[in-house]
Amino acid sequence: MRLYGTEITSRLMLGTAQYPSPAVLAESFRRSGAGIATISVRREAGGDRAGAGFWNLVRDLGVALLPNTAGCHSVREAVTTAQMARELFDTPWIKLEVIGHADTLQPDPFGLVEAARILTDEGFNVFPYTTEDVVLADRLLQAGCEVLMPWGAPIGTGLGLTNIYGLRTLRAQFPDLPMVVDAGLGLPSQAAMAMEMGYDAVLLNTAVAKAGDPAAMAEGFARAVEAGRLAHEADPMEPRDMAAPSTPVIGRAFLS
Amino acid sequence: MLAPFCEGEAAEEPVVRLGQQAAGWWERQGVSVTRRGTVVVTLNRDRRELDRFARRTEGHTRLDAAALAALEPDLAGRFDQALHVTDEAHLDPRAALRHLRARLEGDGVSFVAEPGRGDGLTFDCRGLAARDAFPDLRGVKGEMAVLRAPDINLSRPVRLLHPRFPLYVVPRADGHFMLGATQIESDDRRRRVRSVLELLSAAYALHPVFGEAELVEIGADARPAFPDNLPRLIRRGETIHVNGLFRHGFLLAPALARMAVDMACDRGKPEFYHADHG
Repeated sequence: MRLYGTEITSRLMLGTAQYPSPAVLAESFRRSGAGIATISVRREAGGDRAGAGFWNLVRDLGVALLPNTAGCHSVREAVTTAQMARELFDTPWIKLEVIGHADTLQPDPFGLVEAARILTDEGFNVFPYTTEDVVLADRLLQAGCEVLMPWGAPIGTGLGLTNIYGLRTLRAQFPDLPMVVDAGLGLPSQAAMAMEMGYDAVLLNTAVAKAGDPAAMAEGFARAVEAGRLAHEADPMEPRDMAAPSTPVIGRAFLS
Repeated sequence: MLAPFCEGEAAEEPVVRLGQQAAGWWERQGVSVTRRGTVVVTLNRDRRELDRFARRTEGHTRLDAAALAALEPDLAGRFDQALHVTDEAHLDPRAALRHLRARLEGDGVSFVAEPGRGDGLTFDCRGLAARDAFPDLRGVKGEMAVLRAPDINLSRPVRLLHPRFPLYVVPRADGHFMLGATQIESDDRRRRVRSVLELLSAAYALHPVFGEAELVEIGADARPAFPDNLPRLIRRGETIHVNGLFRHGFLLAPALARMAVDMACDRGKPEFYHADHG
């Protein structure tokens, strides 16, 4: 899987917030083999490098870092946070979140497109956290995004893929675009389903960090992602209404 | 708060086990400790959080609305279910330290504020200030507020579980309540509006009477923590470093002090002994 020209071997991405400890976080990454770690900049930054202690531990994970603009509710906030992230982590990658609704943490589609355009013009590689809306997706591509991150469900809910029709439509509309289902997953089966639908990767945080055994859950997700990807590549059968027995039926009145 | 069972929701097993010794130890030092347990509640829409918390912790009994009202009358009608973590306690940390200091001074111990070290063995308990010695020691920011709310009476700490803004309220003397605490991966010590808003909003959700409370104090500091969020005892020459108590200072200090003494007296390697790779 290539994201902005970088080859990423694992199709599982994990957030780094809310774990019981950095040691548990590291063990979760080790057992899952996740290839990308997202990291929140805004609140931890404290105006300078006050979050450096934690960030250094995340750097030690040895995976690609994808800083995010979590908690930003305006274009200006998101752009400023992205600029700070680039300086702190020396990467043009930014997972762009512009929140438009405080309760559902739903993206602000208008602010998202505007911020994506500004950041792309400044040389960022933007990973926009978006909905499954195909029109919005098109606008984000026009703004310069080369990867999309549609939500499965609102952040932290664990509801899974709440709009399967919308996600199928989005995948079908842009078949060659790297797309990552981001947020709302609660169980590995939901990640497998996203992968079976042809999504390139999944990103999650709360489902692992808040599990009773985060490292075990991380491994569970990793296996599900692998299973879902294998199933997608194996070209699954089409469902049908009529039963098709896999054993011979000759000699029985199967057409009666 | 001396809340080993509640802390067990996210903390490692030693915190729960060793933390259970804390209340008794502080009492034996003559510190005023209130043993009335902890009440745990959620807002209606987060009801599943209470089930999750109950699954992952021990030492609690379930309360219905009537039982909660009997336990904490001022919470009557606000929550239809709760947990009572019976064997937890609370104290006033500043009063406890004042008491310890006075007692030690009475025993002839002198306190000096100037930097430097004496002869013989040194116990280095500087917390985050010892980061010069331990690069993997990090700060985890915590912010708290103290309110004076004479119109509400709570006799024990109350925890409000919330996916975004968890809160505990600890009753203090004279109608005062301590609200805590944020937990942010940062060693920034500034008091942020957002954090205070979150704490106060959660308190208001717990009981609207907090909306009329007097804001007495806002505090912020950084907790010293190692990557596993467990404390460490490390010996370097004539110095024994005791550090990384994270958010469990009053809960684990008694056990850590005992282990530090064992280490000083060469009585084997204590549980939190950490081989020095520095």
